[in-house]
Amino acid sequence: MSANLSAVFYLFSGVLFILALRGLSSPKTSRQGNFFGILGMIIAITVTFLSIGNFSSGFIYVLIFLLIGGLVGAFIAYKIPMTSMPELVAGFHSLVGLAAVFVAISAFLNPQAFNLGSPGNIKISSLIEMSIGAAIGAITFSGSIIAFLKLRGIMSGSPITFKGQHFINLLLGISIVVLIFYLCNTQSQSFFWRLIEISLLLGLLLIIPIGGADMPVVISMLNSYSGWAAVGIGFTLENSALIITGALVGSSGAILSYIMCKGMNRSFFNVILGGFGATEKSLSSKGKEQKPVKSGNAEDAAFLMKNASSVIIVPGYGMAVAQAQHALREMVDVLKKNGIKIKYAIHPVAGRMPGHMNVLLAEANVPYDEVFELDEINNDFANSDVAFVIGANDVTNPAAKTDTQSPIYGMPILDVERCKSVLFVKRSLSPGYAGVDNELFYRDNTLMLFADAKKMTEEIVKNLD
Amino acid sequence: MEIDPFIFRLSIFILSIFIGYYVVWSVTPSLHTPLMSVTNAISSVIIVGAIIAGLSTDSQNIFNVSSIFGFLAIFLAAINIFGGFLVTQRMLQMYKKKKKDK
Repeated sequence: MSANLSAVFYLFSGVLFILALRGLSSPKTSRQGNFFGILGMIIAITVTFLSIGNFSSGFIYVLIFLLIGGLVGAFIAYKIPMTSMPELVAGFHSLVGLAAVFVAISAFLNPQAFNLGSPGNIKISSLIEMSIGAAIGAITFSGSIIAFLKLRGIMSGSPITFKGQHFINLLLGISIVVLIFYLCNTQSQSFFWRLIEISLLLGLLLIIPIGGADMPVVISMLNSYSGWAAVGIGFTLENSALIITGALVGSSGAILSYIMCKGMNRSFFNVILGGFGATEKSLSSKGKEQKPVKSGNAEDAAFLMKNASSVIIVPGYGMAVAQAQHALREMVDVLKKNGIKIKYAIHPVAGRMPGHMNVLLAEANVPYDEVFELDEINNDFANSDVAFVIGANDVTNPAAKTDTQSPIYGMPILDVERCKSVLFVKRSLSPGYAGVDNELFYRDNTLMLFADAKKMTEEIVKNLD
Repeated sequence: MEIDPFIFRLSIFILSIFIGYYVVWSVTPSLHTPLMSVTNAISSVIIVGAIIAGLSTDSQNIFNVSSIFGFLAIFLAAINIFGGFLVTQRMLQMYKKKKKDK
């Protein structure tokens, strides 16, 4: 296959990838979009085989590795529970990063295969491109591993900070640039290896100071990085499919990070510099006095909701941890049978990654047209009888509006306080991730339901009959 | 004077960022998780580089350092491609079921 023809096909598969993302603008077109993505990938891979046209020796091994990897991937995709999506995505990011590093290494060691010159005499521009691809890939890899370990709970979610951290990161960043410069001057292998090592270290150090609550931002950010790594490799290989895809993924991750930051009213730099969640804990414990709380049981909750005409459900990550989404749907089904209007309200940072809560509700067969985003639903709270808050806390805290001293001040919240009555399903009065007390707990129209989210919801269902 | 092909690739790159920007903003927030998993899958198109490395060998010397890294990269990218697309498919399937229920 001629180089021009394959370039046209690569362009075509790039366009299919654009359509894949475009399809996600609505659930109806999304499956078609995914199909376009798969088609684009098949075209890209087939064209690569045909353009090289070497089906003799390595070909069989390429197929074997492709097949084994594919089987592993398919197995994971079918086995993974939806609550573990954040870990899965973090893990996948690390693989993209590592693959980028490996491709860069291959190209560096065997530049003839890629038409980039000969070892020790690689074109300078290609050398810069592959170094950037390798460096960002390595940062993505080690950063995603840390994110994976934190999300999985293998590593503590609390931020790890030490003196001079940012200075060290800055130093590492500068040394990456210096190394690339010397690499171009000398073409020496040892500079290339140092470059990868330092990038790995930098990825590690960038993510360890970021706390568990900021993980949605971290995942989105690493998503973006994996895209930029692909762009670096795409320039090296002069492949437009890779460049287009990398740019799409890079901007997608950047936009998601921005949306997540806005959802928490924190600047991107504030998140990256880290340490959130550790310093604030002390704040809540000292100002804590015993205030009266109204607590109730499943019977009270069932009574309140039965007599309501509209109920808004506010799910949070606690619901996912307790695996209460199916029980919740059952409860809603009973309520709906009684003619009660139901809506779900989802805060942008309700899960551990962007859109996580929506997927969990979808898994429990909640129709997506009953699920609303913050801006769409916030005015409805005032006209609703009951807000059923399950496993959420900080995202409902009015302190974000009133208390300028609060660490969450300025964060957009769901206005559950404007409902006639508020039900909180929670295990205890303990503060949420941000470490701030929620004054809503002590209001007259709030009823606390202290229990495991799943058990409580199941009991409410029993009491509704 | 002839234009360096690099400039063309740079143009593709810059324009793709803009396309990405507008396309991603049009993605409905409820599909942000599938968006991440599908971007994951498509960024594994990096596999084309790995295949080039894997196929660059001759019959006497299938396994050299460069091709081994290529094979490993194929393995990693393949996990991502299959895993990413299939898990996206699985999620999107959930969004479909409910429409039928109604």
